[in-house]
Amino acid sequence: MSAMSSSNWDRRSVLRAAAGLAALGPLAACGGNNGRGGGSGSGENLVQYFHAYGEAGTEQAVKRYAKAYDKANVTTQWITGSDFESKLFASLLTKNAPDLFEFHPQIQLVKSGQVADLSDIVEPVKDDFNPADIASHTVDGKIYGVRMIDDPQFFFYRPSLLEKAGVEVPTTLDELIEAAAKLTTGKVKGLFLGNDLHAVINPMIWSAGADTLDDQNRIAYHTEGVKEGLKKMRKLFTSGDLLLDAPADYWDPSAIDQGLCAIQFCGMWAMPQMQKALGDDIGVFPFPKVTDGGKPSVYNGGWSMFVNAKGKNVDLAKEYVKWLWIDQKKYQEDWSLSYGFHIPPRSSLAAGATKLKSGLPAEGVNLFNEYGHFDNIGWTQSMITALEDVFADCVRKDGDPEAALDKADTTVNRELKKLFG
Amino acid sequence: MSTTTTRGAARPAPAAAFPARPRRGPRGSSTLAFWVFTGPFLIGLLVFVYIPIGWSLWLSFFEARFTVTPDKFVGLDNYRQMLENSDFTGALVTFTVFAALIVPLTWAVSLGLALMVNRLRFMRAFFRSVFFLPTACSYVAASLIWKMSLFSGVRFGLMNTVLGWFGIENIAWLANPDPPWYWLVIVSARLWLQSGFYMILFLAALQNIPPELYEAAAIDGARPGWQTFRHITLPQLRATSTAVILLLLVAAYQAFDEFFNLLSKTTWGRPPLVELYYTALGQAQDYGAGSAGAVILTLLICLVTLLQGRFMGFGRRDEAK
Repeated sequence: MSAMSSSNWDRRSVLRAAAGLAALGPLAACGGNNGRGGGSGSGENLVQYFHAYGEAGTEQAVKRYAKAYDKANVTTQWITGSDFESKLFASLLTKNAPDLFEFHPQIQLVKSGQVADLSDIVEPVKDDFNPADIASHTVDGKIYGVRMIDDPQFFFYRPSLLEKAGVEVPTTLDELIEAAAKLTTGKVKGLFLGNDLHAVINPMIWSAGADTLDDQNRIAYHTEGVKEGLKKMRKLFTSGDLLLDAPADYWDPSAIDQGLCAIQFCGMWAMPQMQKALGDDIGVFPFPKVTDGGKPSVYNGGWSMFVNAKGKNVDLAKEYVKWLWIDQKKYQEDWSLSYGFHIPPRSSLAAGATKLKSGLPAEGVNLFNEYGHFDNIGWTQSMITALEDVFADCVRKDGDPEAALDKADTTVNRELKKLFG
Repeated sequence: MSTTTTRGAARPAPAAAFPARPRRGPRGSSTLAFWVFTGPFLIGLLVFVYIPIGWSLWLSFFEARFTVTPDKFVGLDNYRQMLENSDFTGALVTFTVFAALIVPLTWAVSLGLALMVNRLRFMRAFFRSVFFLPTACSYVAASLIWKMSLFSGVRFGLMNTVLGWFGIENIAWLANPDPPWYWLVIVSARLWLQSGFYMILFLAALQNIPPELYEAAAIDGARPGWQTFRHITLPQLRATSTAVILLLLVAAYQAFDEFFNLLSKTTWGRPPLVELYYTALGQAQDYGAGSAGAVILTLLICLVTLLQGRFMGFGRRDEAK
């Protein structure tokens, strides 16, 4: 112990110690990279997260808007890969969390205090928004997100192929299954619902006359109609008429563009690409009714901007959101119409969106208005995953629908109890 | 230089000769040197291993959703939830199936490759490199190639093209778990990626077997081929084989990349690490339940390691020599 007495602090051992500390340097440096860029001297920094949109030019557009903002230096992280949710959720817990991000309204973000109340910036223009888009972002009278775009999802089909096979546009799930069989030839599969089918879960539930949750936030998907739907989906999955394991998933128009399938489930965003590839040979229809009591349905998805309530500069982030997604109508219009097609949530913009006024886009808007179901803010990610597991267990696997739904009930009820008590 | 001074310090005579600089000096700096050299690693170990383990143990008793600093104590609820969760227990079965497939297969393939390369008269270095090359490929990149090109479900996927020549219908290799073709995709990807590395280990071991043994065996009448292989080569490779199998098991246990990238939105084909990823780090962000699962897994690993030590005697002195 006494070996470390001060008389031994000669020059050499001090140098050694210094060298040792220098060796620790790189460890400390690990914490240095926080993705905030160098900072250009003046002004403050904001970081925003976007998932990777598939349409060309979208990344440049988001960065162009950010650059035009003069009160802060806004850095965009363009998150590629299929698990945007995971990356977002994980980073929100850390110090390197984004100041603002796009996502879907989910109440656990509100309950855990992760998203800031944006009522003060939305309230003045509330009447200009689609009421459903305000409702889906409201909890206890406060508005937590600004809708940027509405994205209806439905079926796209090739009229020429249907005509050749003598098939009418399906109006029931049974007809869809039949059509898929008739349209399947050696080279073309009848139908593409995505590789894991999860995109059609909600539409199938709605078209079976059920819902995810009822208005008192209780389970509403566990019905006879949904079970019937699951059995029909299983029949479809095993029929050999579905395109499976395609290189690109449902949200990409490649499958129908390349002639791999005759009917594809996709979103309005892909319409310009399909029209470019197939010209006039493209039509749309909603998810057909599953049971006699059901109704056709369309999922009105989309993306909204949220502000990280635990961020370093909440007020500045809010100001940026207000500047871009409330004030800058030019950019909002550009974002909705110049790349993929999205329906602007602002009535004033939607009214002037001539590109959506005629032809196929107008039909898409019609489906959106007539059959659309918006996000339910109480339906959270773990509940979404629970129903994906139901599809995995009894559509892709030969499980019993009742047992699969019971399993989901356990998860969803546990979740509901945590969120609503 | 420092070693000579330390040695000098151990001898009493020089120490007595220089009373002004007593033994404390050199010993003191060797203590310092110890901390300087091990310090960074110890700090790393502490920060990246022990603190997370302790933290995770603490988290496992709390309701920790969307936070890693929870305040709601729930006792053993998370453990109950994980043990009742058929996905988690199923993950252990998945791992067992995966290990049962991949360990013997890789062992056999890499040994086979090593034997072949070892017998080559020319271009040995070339083939050695060719088989070793896949080791340099990332699991993610390989998974994507396997998924999108070799085993894609469309008619122009490589495997479906080949099957098409024989008039066999397109197969959905990954989307449809019945029959479980996904095992073929996962196992073949890993086999391609790792066989080359273990081949090198076997090759080194093969080259270490003294040629005299083979000569002696030949003189004693052992036929070349199977008999020599069975009674000379294989026993001589015992130590390497044990090490290879152990490494393969560890690697199989750590499997994540290919499962994560090849199978999406499934309830099957998820080894424990993937399952825990989805519970704790994925969309659910349930750190409490995830940590409980990790603790259960750790206990299981400890148990298996102890049992393995007891039955297989791994770690005891090698009695084969």
